[in-house]
Formats: sequence, structure tokens, C-alpha cells
Amino acid sequence: MLSVENLEVVYNDVVLVLRGISLEVPDGKIVALLGGNGAGKTTTLRAITGLLDVHEGDVTKGEIYLDGKRITHDDPSERVRMGISQVMEGRRVFAELTVEENLRAGAYTNRNGGKVKKAHDRVMTLFPRLKERRNATAGYLSGGEQQMLAIGRALMQEPRILILDEPSLGLAPLLVQEVRDIIVEINAQGTAVLLIEQNANMALSIAHHGYIMETGKMVMDGDPKRLLKDEDVKEFYLGLHAGGEKKSFRDVKHYKRRKRWLS
Amino acid sequence: MIDTLPVLAQTDLSSLDTFLQMLVGGLALGTIYALLAMGFVLIFKATQVINFAHGALVAIGAFFVAIVVLDFEIPGRWMPGAPEWLTWSLAAALGVVAGGLIGLLLERLFIRPMVGEPLFQIAILTVGLDIVLRTIVDDIAGLDGRPLADPWGIATARFGNVTIPHTQLVQFGVVLFLMIVVALFFRSRTGIAMRATAWDQEAARAQGIKVGRIFGISWFLGALLAGVAGVFASIFPRAAGVSSATAFVAFGAFPAIILGGLDSVVGAVVGGLIIGLAESAASIYLVQFSSVLGSGFSAIIGYVIMLLVLLIRPYGLFGTEEIRRV
Repeated sequence: MLSVENLEVVYNDVVLVLRGISLEVPDGKIVALLGGNGAGKTTTLRAITGLLDVHEGDVTKGEIYLDGKRITHDDPSERVRMGISQVMEGRRVFAELTVEENLRAGAYTNRNGGKVKKAHDRVMTLFPRLKERRNATAGYLSGGEQQMLAIGRALMQEPRILILDEPSLGLAPLLVQEVRDIIVEINAQGTAVLLIEQNANMALSIAHHGYIMETGKMVMDGDPKRLLKDEDVKEFYLGLHAGGEKKSFRDVKHYKRRKRWLS
Repeated sequence: MIDTLPVLAQTDLSSLDTFLQMLVGGLALGTIYALLAMGFVLIFKATQVINFAHGALVAIGAFFVAIVVLDFEIPGRWMPGAPEWLTWSLAAALGVVAGGLIGLLLERLFIRPMVGEPLFQIAILTVGLDIVLRTIVDDIAGLDGRPLADPWGIATARFGNVTIPHTQLVQFGVVLFLMIVVALFFRSRTGIAMRATAWDQEAARAQGIKVGRIFGISWFLGALLAGVAGVFASIFPRAAGVSSATAFVAFGAFPAIILGGLDSVVGAVVGGLIIGLAESAASIYLVQFSSVLGSGFSAIIGYVIMLLVLLIRPYGLFGTEEIRRV
């Protein structure tokens, strides 16, 4: 189980981005982390995977544990080895490498030949499309294929916990559904998933637990079904009026409407 | 280059033999440039550092070989019966690896702390490193230079009317071997990790790739290739030994790097060969125009070609603009 406790992250020594957030990703579950732009979702991901330093960020308070072991300041490659893998926002495939080489780059920490083969087979069954295009240069794949490749690359590490940062970003609705189904499938094979999303509908429809962040704080968490029914979630994340019908953007007067975040 | 001139002074410039001799000389020079350019591009691709100390690494590699072969007689002193070419080759390999380790050391001591600083500052830092290292080598090697005492000496082979020094035959073999090794390396686990790092450092780290280790490896390989180039630049027929002039071979390789495209290893090889052949051709065929062009025109022909190519293709022959889905 991955647990984050009272995490505080500061960028450039002055910008307080996370103000003491806590969350848990139990083994074998899908956990959704929702929030608007600038809420701190990606920062949370960077803190968990250890990539804060390139962005001049620091964990100033709080701890991150994997199965009770403190990993707050571990090396990123060490965390990958322990089973935390990520699919970064915007796919970030190695465009100059072929599909196959991208997967091999993903398997960098996985030095056991048999295990690599197993992980490779799993990726190829999950994404038949990648199998067809295995020798294609990754930069020339379509957006959807690149997202598949980014997920496949992370799966080469045989993660126990897979963190996906906005996997639906920039994809057509049909592809979003496909990505959703794949996440469910990966989870069914035993990998815990932390799904960071703006697409609340998609994320909450498959999650076992949901968290909602706003300006660096957890404002709400609970059962996804309950979250979907919540008035504030409906209005701010699903674009629905209290009555349930769609609302015109004109009527959404953000500054007049105070969020209650009653939980 | 110059070494082929005395033979050709009285030969017919339009004959095939002259052309073939020019080709051989050009390839010999071009492969040295190619090694240098490959090392330079390797470092640039992986770390985005323009390494102005590459010339110093050339001298250091050759210098270590001189020390290992002559001063310490390693491993020759433990192999009394072994043929000289074998002991010399082993010693040269050791010396070149030692030069590579210096590259690794430079990265650890000077470049690593600069990660995240503006690239321009790192480039200037390498200029400083170049001056310091060259001074050290100059001081020890002296102006007269240190011979590398290779077993081939000034022996030459004749193919028809074309003369090739034995050293250059060895050089062709070694360079071909190294090119194959580098090509295979790029398909290995570490090589793929290096290319991944070159493309997107953060995404590479997200895969668990230790970027610092990749930086070290690229500097090691870059310095090693530079050292090999240095060895062949310091023996017959190019020079009588490693000296303060050895490092300047890198100036010749500079247009090769730009010509091929800063970020392409294939480009480095092709660029190196083109510049080498051009210099060789200029030193033979343009001598007749020396009243107009001046006597040392072959030394700048590389830069002339570089400028012309850059006018048409600013990113070099093989440099990628950027792979983009349209």
C-alpha cells in the first residue's frame, strides 16, 4: 500500500503548492485523484515518484510510505525498482526511438530476462496495435497509440502501483473509453492504480475511491458513487446543475457561488 | 595530407593513381575526424554540453598511451615472449581507456555540479578545462613531443601504385571495429537508455534510468574515442609523437561535427569522412592554384564546405530538425 501523509511541497523555496495532503492507494485498487488546473495533482505525482528536483521542488513536510517503508527522499530509480511506475502527462514517449526500443527503455530497471519477456508479452496482448507497429518510430504514432505506448512502457517495469497522469488528455472520446477499459484490465491483473484526472466522470466511473484536490489541499474524499452525487462535484467537475440538466456556461458565476465541500 | 605530397609532386594530377592515393589519405584523415566527431556528438546528445575540451581529451588519450607503453611498459613487462604488435596494442588499449576514465572524472568533478546551470556556462567551463588540461599535457610531453613507439614505424604497403602506411591499415581496421561497436552499443540496454535520456531526461528518469550514470558513460566513451583518434594522430605519418600540437586535430574535426549535424552520430561519421577527403583532395589538386589560394588552403577547406552546407541546411546534413507528427 502506498500512503502519503501530510505532504507539503514547496517550489523554488517560496511557492507552497501542496499544503499537507494525505492519500492512500491500497493494493489492487483504483484510486482517482481529481482537481482543477493548478490544484497540485501533478506535484503530488512528482513527490511520489521523486521527480521534484528537476522542477526545483522540495518536500518540506510529511512523508511517503510504501508498505510502511519511508521512501520520501529515495532516488527515483529506486522507487521504480520498488514497484512505483508512472505514465507522465502528455505521454512523453521517446520520439526518436522505435516502439520496441521505447519498451526496452521502460524495462531498464527490470534486468531479469524472463520477467522482461513476460512483461513484454503482457503489453503486446493489452495493446495489439503496438504489436503491429513495433518497429515504427514512436514520434510518428497517433496520439492514442502514443498513450498506449506510454502505458506499455511503464508496464515493462512490472509495477505494483501504476500512477497515470491525465491519460485522457487530448484523446477522442472513443479513445478515452479505450484507455479507461485498459486501466480496468491492468487493475484486474493485480496492479494498483492511482489515476490523476480532470475528466471526473471517466475517473470516478472506474475508481474504488476518489480524492478531490483544490489549491494544494484535499477537500473531499470518499466512495466514487457518493462523490458523483455530490452537489459541488456535479457543478464544478461534471458541469451539471443542481437539477441535473446541463447548465449554460453563462450561468456559472464562479465568484458568486461559494463551494461548501461538505463531506 | 602533407605526407603524400613528396610522392605526388612529380605525378600526373589527372591520373587514377593520384586519385586513389588522395582517397586513401582522405579516408585516413577522415576516420580520425569521424572518431572525434562521434565522441563529441555522443557527449552533446546525452548531456547537451558542447565540449570544447575535446581537443585536450585527444592529447590526453595519446599521452596516456605514451606513458603506458614507454614509461611503464604495461603489459609488455609481464609478457616477455609476446610479439611487439600485441603488447603495443594492449598498452594502447589501456592508455586509451585511462583517457576515457579522465573523461569520466571530468564529468564527475566539473560537469555534474553544473547540471541545471545554463548550457552556455557549462560550455565556457569546458573551454577552461581545455586550457588547463592542455597545459598539463604540454608541460609533461614538452614541445618536442613524446613518441608512441608503435611497432609499425614507417613501413608502408603498396597496392599497385598506391602507397599505404601500415599504421593507416591498422587505423582503418580499428575505426571500422569501433564504429560497429558504437552502432551495437546504441541497440544495447545502456545505449537505448542513453538515447532515451538524450530525448527527454525527465521521462528517462521516470523509467528508473539513472541519468547521472548515463552522463558518465557518455563522457567516458567520448573521451575514449578522442583518445583513439589522438593515438592515430600522433604516429606516422601524421606526427612523430604526442605534443602540444596533438590537441589541434580537434579543430579539423569541428567542421565535420557541424557539417554532419550536432546531434547525429551517423552525421558525425559522414561529416568526418567528407571533410577528411576534402582536405586531402585540396592538398593535392588545389596546390597548382597556390598562387591564388595561398599555400595552406587545405586547412580551411573544411570550414568553407561547412559554411556552404550551413547556408542550405542550417541543422547540418543529418541533424534532425525535430520528429513531429503532422
